[in-house]
Amino acid sequence: MSAGDLLGYLDRWSVHPGDTISCRVSGTAGDPYQANLVRTIQGDTNPDGPGYRQEHIPLDLGGPFMAQQQTIETGSFAIVDHAEVLAVDNAVSIVATIWPTTPQRGRQTLFSRMNEDASTGIELFIDKSGALTAECRLDGTIVTVSTGCTLLSQCWYRVAVSHDAIRGQLHVIQEPVKLHPAISDRGYGVAITPVGTSPFDIRAPLLMAASPPNDSNDRYHYNGRIYNPYVLSRILVDSIPDRPTVGDHLVAAWDFSIEIPSQRIVDVSGNGLHGRLVNLPTRAVAGPDWDGSCHVWTHDATHYGAIHFHDDDLYDANWQESFRVDIPANLASGVYAVRLERGRDTFHMPFCVRAPRARRDSDVVFLLPTASYMAYGNNRIGLDVPETELVCGRLIELTDQDIFMQTHPELGLCFYDLHNDGSPVYYASRLRPMMDFQPGFIGKLGGAGSNVWQFNADTHITGWFDAIDTSFDVVTDEDLHNEGVDCLNDYRVLVTGSHPEYYSASMRDALDDFIERGGRMMYLGGNGFYWRVSPHPELPGVIECRKSEDGIRAAAPGPGEYYASFTGEYTGLWRRNGRPPNTLVGVGMVAQGFDRSSPYIRSEASNDPRLSFMFEGIETDIIGDYGLSGGGAAGIELDAANVELGTPHHALIVASSSGHSDLYLVTPEDMLDPVPGLGGSEAENISADIVFFETSAGGAVFSVGSIAWAGSMAWNNYDNAIAQLTYNVLNRFLNNTPFNITPSSSKTEILP
Amino acid sequence: MSHYQITRADRPFADEFMRNPMGPASPGLQRVLNRMRTDTRAGKYVLITDVPYKQWTLGLLPPNRGVPVERLDDLVFDDRLEAERTVFRLRWQALTGEELSL
Repeated sequence: MSAGDLLGYLDRWSVHPGDTISCRVSGTAGDPYQANLVRTIQGDTNPDGPGYRQEHIPLDLGGPFMAQQQTIETGSFAIVDHAEVLAVDNAVSIVATIWPTTPQRGRQTLFSRMNEDASTGIELFIDKSGALTAECRLDGTIVTVSTGCTLLSQCWYRVAVSHDAIRGQLHVIQEPVKLHPAISDRGYGVAITPVGTSPFDIRAPLLMAASPPNDSNDRYHYNGRIYNPYVLSRILVDSIPDRPTVGDHLVAAWDFSIEIPSQRIVDVSGNGLHGRLVNLPTRAVAGPDWDGSCHVWTHDATHYGAIHFHDDDLYDANWQESFRVDIPANLASGVYAVRLERGRDTFHMPFCVRAPRARRDSDVVFLLPTASYMAYGNNRIGLDVPETELVCGRLIELTDQDIFMQTHPELGLCFYDLHNDGSPVYYASRLRPMMDFQPGFIGKLGGAGSNVWQFNADTHITGWFDAIDTSFDVVTDEDLHNEGVDCLNDYRVLVTGSHPEYYSASMRDALDDFIERGGRMMYLGGNGFYWRVSPHPELPGVIECRKSEDGIRAAAPGPGEYYASFTGEYTGLWRRNGRPPNTLVGVGMVAQGFDRSSPYIRSEASNDPRLSFMFEGIETDIIGDYGLSGGGAAGIELDAANVELGTPHHALIVASSSGHSDLYLVTPEDMLDPVPGLGGSEAENISADIVFFETSAGGAVFSVGSIAWAGSMAWNNYDNAIAQLTYNVLNRFLNNTPFNITPSSSKTEILP
Repeated sequence: MSHYQITRADRPFADEFMRNPMGPASPGLQRVLNRMRTDTRAGKYVLITDVPYKQWTLGLLPPNRGVPVERLDDLVFDDRLEAERTVFRLRWQALTGEELSL
């Protein structure tokens, strides 16, 4: 794996045999590259690990191909394509209420309508000094006027540009919605323009929050919110009306509180000047009218009539298709990748091949946690977050991929990043190259040792299946969301990844149904089923998460902004949605730390006859004091049983970890009152639990409560007690004999 | 961001770090590390991986996205622990003005 300029992405991450997948690739123009299909078996390149393994699939993909240089344009904006109706004769005013977030970050366009060669048109923008400025172009004559008053960040202003063709005047007006004592931020300016011609007398679209494409390749994207923009065919001289009035020369008025989940902006003037949004600016955010009386935009959208634009928003890289891959009808289900190669440079684009439709090729299904891969996609935890070194207890290691991401921020953001204006990232898309969604990738938070994370950490599990010679089918989170439990029908055992953290309601419902129908589930990770996410109901490949109230998070959503714009769902913790992870898998997140992992110690309950299958071949009480993810099986992010949060009363705590360092700290949701002693060496609830319980339909659940578990499975080439224990569970779970839920005489150990 | 002021009284913790850079750290050493490791992004020490799991060059994070990470080409390590010790010495000198001869 390398990080040059050869990279790409796929249109989908899950296919059936016989389907076609579209590959979009960028490289140095004219350079030849090769493409191959490989099956990913084990992606950890640590010399102490079981060895990097992938299988070449003999399929001619049509290469070599000649590379095409493709770029990514970040920055969201609105565009009214058919703005010809904006004929305003001799007078025009464009008005809005704005909430700038980076007024000192250089020129940023609020409104722009320019003809193709930019010789005639009008713009309203924030200049490099942070002041509102209007510019009028008439056949190449450029007139600019500024208020000269710097806008304050995160304050609401009514702003306007107005042009009078008869008098030849250009006006700019800047009015704070609330007064700021001792601050001169109310301003007005006027300049003389050629008489008799209107800059609006052109055929061109109207843009909001960006300028049209130009030679400088800088579209002057705006950071901040725009509320209630409208156009009048009359002059505004020195004041701005609060609200536009139909009949008062109203030409267009866009109400952003309408159709919030969509990418459409609706003109309510009656002139039909509807527009569209590009690159997913944030909707369902508070406008100037939000007063705390409403927190749910679906209850009263008028509080949410603003859109927050960012210069680094990105939905779809929109690259042209480079080639297609027809997936052979006889290709076994598994984790595959299209591997791009040019000399020693390689780039992997992984995807899942499912079993043929209406067929199952294994009793085991591995649920590839693609929602969590998206949530962490291209994360900048090692680049932007200085505290990462502190919580890891060691220097951050940057790879070639990190170095590339640092100089290519256009690759986009994820839920662990902040926008350039410091606001939280609510949307995560997979329609872009993913540097960290590749076998071989070294992460940041994966613990001392292999330091693998998410996808590459999950190859410790796919490698284990290979090591024990057990076939498995693969299904992704996206499949689970779209198809529900039907995509799990007829599978006996479901195995999770190492950190399946992000779940939609549909996904959670599907797993609950699977368990209720007698399915057996092996949760081989930590901090799973934690955040509620909302995939967009129409746009493919994008999820939303607003990390409301608490939980471990990069930033808090703004007040009143806890509900997803895509669906109206409350997208905080599942625990805050009444469905803690404990109610599904018996354990839930309690602590995290990223230095050293610890072993588990078997409990008295592990001798219960209900668990007689579990410890065959395992003779020690201390298990997992080794591993590739921090040197132990219990580490990184820890889950524990808690009957108050829904752990079933009959659940058995098989083993628990101890001895975690003080870099392990309890979660914010469990820290109601900050007191000393919240580190791993003192807080008694910082411990991972292995939990087992039977279900009423004859199924069972086995949970390990630790991200580091898979790294211990892979230790010593999958020959160790953790791998043996996991195998014993899988073996029993594959046995069709129902589990009985009859009460046991042994004591159930549930931590408070 | 820690505002703890490292002084000569913390010298025993420097000895502790040099003996065992990967911890677990005593509470006193952890307080020193909390101060050292919460630098702002600009100029923060990082390791740039030259050969995965085998060789690293010390680097400095830039202040903003889009700006390349600075390589300190004369500080190359094939031992992670020695890299940790070197950065500890550099930070000790920057925060106390004293060279740490350990």
